[in-house]
Amino acid sequence: MQVIDARGLSCPEPVLLTKKIIDLHTHALFKVLVDEMAACENIAALAKNLGWSVSHDKTGDHIEITLQK
Amino acid sequence: MGNKSGILLTGFVIGIVSLLLTKFGNPPNMGVCIACFLRDTVGGLGLHKAKLVQYIRPEVLGIVLGAFGVSLGTKEFRATGGSNRIIRFILGFFMMIGMLIFLGCPLRVALRLGAGDLNALVGFAGLFAGVGAGTFFLKSGFSLGKASAQPKWTGFILPALSFIVLALLIIRPSFIYFSLNGPGSMHAPVLLSLAAGLIIGILAQRSRFCMAGGIRDLILFRNINLILGFLVIILVTLAGSFAMGNFKLGFTAQPIAHTEALWNFLGLGLAGWSAALLGGCPLRHLVLTGQGNTDSSITVLGLLAGAAAAHNFALAASAKGVPEYGKYAVITGLVIVLAVSLTAYFKTATVEGRETHASN
Repeated sequence: MQVIDARGLSCPEPVLLTKKIIDLHTHALFKVLVDEMAACENIAALAKNLGWSVSHDKTGDHIEITLQK
Repeated sequence: MGNKSGILLTGFVIGIVSLLLTKFGNPPNMGVCIACFLRDTVGGLGLHKAKLVQYIRPEVLGIVLGAFGVSLGTKEFRATGGSNRIIRFILGFFMMIGMLIFLGCPLRVALRLGAGDLNALVGFAGLFAGVGAGTFFLKSGFSLGKASAQPKWTGFILPALSFIVLALLIIRPSFIYFSLNGPGSMHAPVLLSLAAGLIIGILAQRSRFCMAGGIRDLILFRNINLILGFLVIILVTLAGSFAMGNFKLGFTAQPIAHTEALWNFLGLGLAGWSAALLGGCPLRHLVLTGQGNTDSSITVLGLLAGAAAAHNFALAASAKGVPEYGKYAVITGLVIVLAVSLTAYFKTATVEGRETHASN
């Protein structure tokens, strides 16, 4: 599975990286790793707007977001 | 992008609080202005000697402390940092120079607009263009790099410093400066200002409120959540200004403003561009500083250094207009921000290399 490591990146880079993958239309399922709740909320908002289902899981010091369409 | 109801509430409260603070003594159209208040605080500490703008402003300290408290409570406080500190410092420095040429941060743009100051419309156009330029480079792969976890105590440094500076305001040792005339002499009671700062800090932390982010999200994602906050502040200020009889539409004789359109545009253009590259407006960086982001702490130190330089070297504008050296400083800033943007632009390939990794 494609995993984007967006940990440590400042706003809005995690969302931009996610959007890039979404726009490529090559993956129906991928994960994004972030370490800030704000980044997680932003990615979820963007993806839901574009019709993706989003779930997230806090593991250790980072958040793993799963996006599926 | 922020959550919509939180943003609306934060914008509403900032609007109301700003009107209240102005009524209780803060300078006109300056209920809360991050640029002006950091500049006054720098002056209050004697780090510049502009006699009219010296007062430790509890609002900005309260914002850091409010965000600090709430992020500890919600366990969002994390000490992070270590990405391109010197560039952040320089961008923070020039963001402040740009704002002190316009005479206000993006927040004050909304306050000035709401009170009818049309110079702020020119400033907003500059801010939009600046954030647009920064966003273009972000989209092209610009990155200040990755932050990493830092020792927890490093995240406490600036909140602790804010607390100490606040204590200095209350203890009033002889080395602290207080303006006797001008904007620095105009202020609401300390407790009211502090309460305002704390409330704004708490709300802005929870809602991820950001003025530069509003324009950026609109351009990048056609998302209007953050910019709604901007609009709400304008509307609340508009209603309040009418109610209090302070509304005055026009360019001339506006409080703490000048009419040099080109420099209003370029000043906030520089500030907006820097803010986009830095990931947020000055308010957002105060909030992030409170939640342990030491990269934002460095940005805030850059803002403070920019304020000291602006007044030590007579770069800052005043109601009389923009001084010659201030114009050179804006041009220099634009050249530097462009250079910083371009270095990353031409390194896009490397950036692309680090952004994804595949497993399975």
